[in-house]
Amino acid sequence: MAGKSKTDRSLEITVINPSARKRQLINWRELWQYKDLFWFLIWRDIKTRYAQSVLGVGWAIIQPVFSMIVFTVVFGNLAQVNSEGVPYAIFSYTALVPWTYFSTSLTSASGSLISAKNMLTKVYFPRLVIPISPVLATLIDFGVSFLILIGMMFWFGIAPTLTVLYIPLFVLLMMLTAAGVGMWLTALAIQYRDIRYGLNFFVRLLMYGSPVIYATSSIPEKYHYYYALNPMVGVIEGFRAVLLNTREVPWDLLGIGTAMAVLFFITGAIYFRKMENVFADVA
Amino acid sequence: MSDLSIQVKDLSKRYRIGIDDTKDTFAETIGHWISSPVRNYRRLRQLTKFSDQENTEMQDVIWALKNVSFDIKKGEVVGIIGRNGAGKSTLLKILSRITHPTDGSVVLSGRVSSLLEVGTGFHPELTGRENIFLNGTILGMTKTEVELKFDEIVEFSGVKKFIDTPVKFYSSGMAVRLAFSVAAHLEPEILLVDEVLAVGDAEFQNKCLGKMEDVAAYGRTVLFVSHNMSAISRLCKRGIWMDGGSVAEDGPVSKVIQSYLFSGASESNPIVEYPIDDLLEGQITSIESLDLHGNPSLVHLSENLFSLRIRYHLSQELRNYRLGVVIRTPDGYEVLTRTNSDLDNSLWTDGEGDYSLKVDIPGQLIKPGQYLITVFLGQPGVKQLDKKENALAVRLDGKTFTGQGLIITHLDWKKEKL
Repeated sequence: MAGKSKTDRSLEITVINPSARKRQLINWRELWQYKDLFWFLIWRDIKTRYAQSVLGVGWAIIQPVFSMIVFTVVFGNLAQVNSEGVPYAIFSYTALVPWTYFSTSLTSASGSLISAKNMLTKVYFPRLVIPISPVLATLIDFGVSFLILIGMMFWFGIAPTLTVLYIPLFVLLMMLTAAGVGMWLTALAIQYRDIRYGLNFFVRLLMYGSPVIYATSSIPEKYHYYYALNPMVGVIEGFRAVLLNTREVPWDLLGIGTAMAVLFFITGAIYFRKMENVFADVA
Repeated sequence: MSDLSIQVKDLSKRYRIGIDDTKDTFAETIGHWISSPVRNYRRLRQLTKFSDQENTEMQDVIWALKNVSFDIKKGEVVGIIGRNGAGKSTLLKILSRITHPTDGSVVLSGRVSSLLEVGTGFHPELTGRENIFLNGTILGMTKTEVELKFDEIVEFSGVKKFIDTPVKFYSSGMAVRLAFSVAAHLEPEILLVDEVLAVGDAEFQNKCLGKMEDVAAYGRTVLFVSHNMSAISRLCKRGIWMDGGSVAEDGPVSKVIQSYLFSGASESNPIVEYPIDDLLEGQITSIESLDLHGNPSLVHLSENLFSLRIRYHLSQELRNYRLGVVIRTPDGYEVLTRTNSDLDNSLWTDGEGDYSLKVDIPGQLIKPGQYLITVFLGQPGVKQLDKKENALAVRLDGKTFTGQGLIITHLDWKKEKL
């Protein structure tokens, strides 16, 4: 088997020329050839993220848990934000789990090409590996903080509905969004360093544009469809609907969000592919 | 199918280099700051934009490669030589698909691995074992291939004892050895290597050269960029000399190395002079070859001493400097390198001014033939100030020497019957 794949590659012909248009938007065959690299990079990201830290993977919990505590005090108790009949703590934490995943993936994707600059200028591999691997590596953090969420549901005695089976769909949508926006940001960040400086700020602002500290129902009905252009709106409301039973599964919001996520993903892939030829020159 | 492994046709690569415009007055500087976001945006955008109408000879555009063409057969081992900035590395980067050409085309038949640096992707927090896998896959091996070669790689690197220790605790030499070992076990059809043998100690370098000879012997195509002429002539049969982004000469390696080394050397005038550049702290202003009697000459009788007169200029006080001379054979082999501080480790410190130095070279010890003289000026451990690479070509004439080797001396043979 190994011998066979080796001969396959020895017959491989590579043509390099400036006008050569790759027929596919994403070269899946090549990505498959480099699957081991993909796996090792994800594994390196996970393994080194919390290396030489005392709490290790505990950091994946601390960020959303502490945000939850602060939000509960400030928005739940002081500002009395409507939490749709569930305790504010779990109301905000349910949103913080996907949101933290999203913001962490974006931050690491935008930094990924620059931190991989050395690899980029010294060796060839499908460049797409770089923004996509943080999207997968961050899933570990997501999984850990999700376990905490399950614990909290027991604590507050909240039982999910059967619609909880939709969760994998929401996770896919969340990953698709992170990958699409991640490709855009990565390709932009390598040429314009401003992206990195501005991103943390932008992500924090975007959090207020997503139903993290408040519910979508607090927004006037007529704006809901514009609001849902942010795919994370559908994802977060979806999580709340199936886990906390605060509402019906918002298929309309999810539909709009999915369309946007697909749009981000396709345009992101196009822009990324357009830019990848010059990455090594401007890195 | 043809037996060509690499076909390069009319390859060109253009880079845009950022040019910084500085302002003189305070008002201009303020204005500069205010308008800078707009200008920065244009400049950053331009890094990737070339309009076809614009004059390609614009000052911030440089052609790193211009109409480079050559074919390489399967199993050929080719050395690429040339000065810094001649386009060698750009060529390898295009062949290894790291950067894209502006014009022209390349056809590669077979799997390509490029080794432009050892240890790409090494992560200090990971152990030696983990880094072998990571680096191996980055270089294009599959996990299974790395597993198969794992023991061999560890053995070759000689860091077996520390294989489960994070690399950040390795000495730099150990890390480099491990990194090179991974690279040395690649088995592509085409291997592209850039100046990576300059790492590690002499023993390990030799081991690496041996490994590369093995790779070449297995009928793989190797393209090897180096400034180390003896490594090139040891490994390669064919040489390509790049100059100013184009191929200057392509042919048998010894002939190409010879023309490259002689390209800057004075072969007719026993003195070479260099204009003074006031920006340099210290520089060599002339090198002259003198015979036994002190007369300028490039030809010396090989049974005599000959001398070099080196004049140099210091534009300010220079502390702890030294001068050195390198003598090389036409195929790049180093005959000797000596500096004024060799004997007692004493360095010179002098004030501003012009100095002249005469150094005697025992020509009677060196086999007759043509030799290239390099002179350098530097502060050891601090920096090199000036280096005139292969500045003069001197000829040692004399009775034909029949023995082997570069040194002519009679040894004392004492026989005893036991």
